[in-house]
Amino acid sequence: MKNSLNTEDTLENSGLTEEEQLLFSNARPRAYEPYPIKAVEDFANWARANSLWILAFGTGCGAIELRPLMTARFDANRFGVAGRPTPRQSSVFIIGGYASVKTLKRIIRSYEQMQGPKFVICLGICPINGGMYFDSYNTINQFDQYIPVDLYATGCMPRPEALVASIMALQKKIKAGECDGANRYVENFDWYKANQKKVIKNWDMPDYNW
Amino acid sequence: MIFDSMNEWLSKAGYFSLTLLIVTFYGLFVGALIERIIAKVQGRIGIPYSQPFINILKNFFKRTAISHGIMFYLGPVFRIAGGIGTLAFIPVIYGSEMFSNFSTAGDLFLVIYFMFFGQLGMALGAGESGHPYSAIGIARGLSQMTAYEVPFALAVISIVIQYDTLSLTEIVAAQQGGWQNWTVITNWVATLAAMLALLGMTGYSPFDIFLAPQEIPIGPPTEFHSAYLSLLQTNRALFGATKLILFMNLFFGGATGWGELMIKTFLIYMVAIVVGVAFPRFRVDQAIRFFFKIPTLIGVMSIIYAQMLLTA
Repeated sequence: MKNSLNTEDTLENSGLTEEEQLLFSNARPRAYEPYPIKAVEDFANWARANSLWILAFGTGCGAIELRPLMTARFDANRFGVAGRPTPRQSSVFIIGGYASVKTLKRIIRSYEQMQGPKFVICLGICPINGGMYFDSYNTINQFDQYIPVDLYATGCMPRPEALVASIMALQKKIKAGECDGANRYVENFDWYKANQKKVIKNWDMPDYNW
Repeated sequence: MIFDSMNEWLSKAGYFSLTLLIVTFYGLFVGALIERIIAKVQGRIGIPYSQPFINILKNFFKRTAISHGIMFYLGPVFRIAGGIGTLAFIPVIYGSEMFSNFSTAGDLFLVIYFMFFGQLGMALGAGESGHPYSAIGIARGLSQMTAYEVPFALAVISIVIQYDTLSLTEIVAAQQGGWQNWTVITNWVATLAAMLALLGMTGYSPFDIFLAPQEIPIGPPTEFHSAYLSLLQTNRALFGATKLILFMNLFFGGATGWGELMIKTFLIYMVAIVVGVAFPRFRVDQAIRFFFKIPTLIGVMSIIYAQMLLTA
């Protein structure tokens, strides 16, 4: 398993059987430059910041804090936030609290299927240092070793107000052009993959889920 | 040849592009307005009016887009071709040279064909995306379409018998001279059948079985993203507004100005919205059985009614 990734243009997909390898793409993802004209890129960032579609995938106990966002009390629709049931159309992934190794595999699959630019908000203390699960055998302690993170909303659990505040902070960061998680992921792809494969023992998916 | 000269054709095309732009923007705006009304019902503030425009821009500015094959590319293109084609043959403003589009070149049946065309193109495109929920959404959408087209087609046949013409302009012309001449008064049976079909067409509750975000992640467009999705969203606004304009022309006396058009189409849309916020979603079999029962019966009755009007 160690160092199974090469630096050539194609991925090995060694976790798949030969039959399955024919079914999946083995192309490497590539990084995307911003638009050469700054005004266009700023305009694009403004549009991205004001239309945040959240992937409706609750990965931990914090997912319960996502639901009130759409209710009359918090009404995140005001800020252009909407839930999307499919990773293809969403641009924000909210990691709701602790990520177990089993969930991490699904998080990676969903994250890679999202179309860039994509943003990740980590909710709660657990993705930062493991929180109360720091010595658990199946919980990820430091989440940004596996997926690039743009913003943390710490606490156990942060209330929906904190989530709304962090969404607004994310909007500021996006408008400033500082959220390039998708590019960071691609540029350090081998490092992220090696980390992921270190914890996920039954790696039976392609190296990049197109 | 319908057009006398190249110049006339060019000016027609120019006017049509303008109509297309206005109708698309109106569709997007009224979409946001409806979202805000639904939000008010739920005690929320709702999205800003600019949200649909920003969503389209955001999807257009996405950096990556993956493909599932040629039909996957063509699906949204067919869909928007259906939307543009439907609008092209509808007289948007009655008596206006500028906004009558190509309504002299095609009749009601061509418009109805174009309404089918977009849906079928989308079915092919979403089918190639390979997502199981897309296939389920397509199966549901097409069967519901088959169901609501029956009362709608019967209502249209009834109107064609009543006015003895297939031309939309002539149908609108026959309804001029006051509200007592509108089809909704003169042939209320056909209007009732068509308005019930409209509930299925707009795809709000209780007939949102093909999108159904909570059970089959938004159905046919599950795999569509980035620029494909912005094309689909543009078409959703355009096609939605076009259908309302068609209904306005057929049943509510058409419009002689943009203000009248906007008021009438908004009120027609509100019928679907009021039903939508009041009712939960039907199951697939319930939705399809509904259209085959009462609306179809009303549609058959409307043809008899139109025949009675002629003989009376």
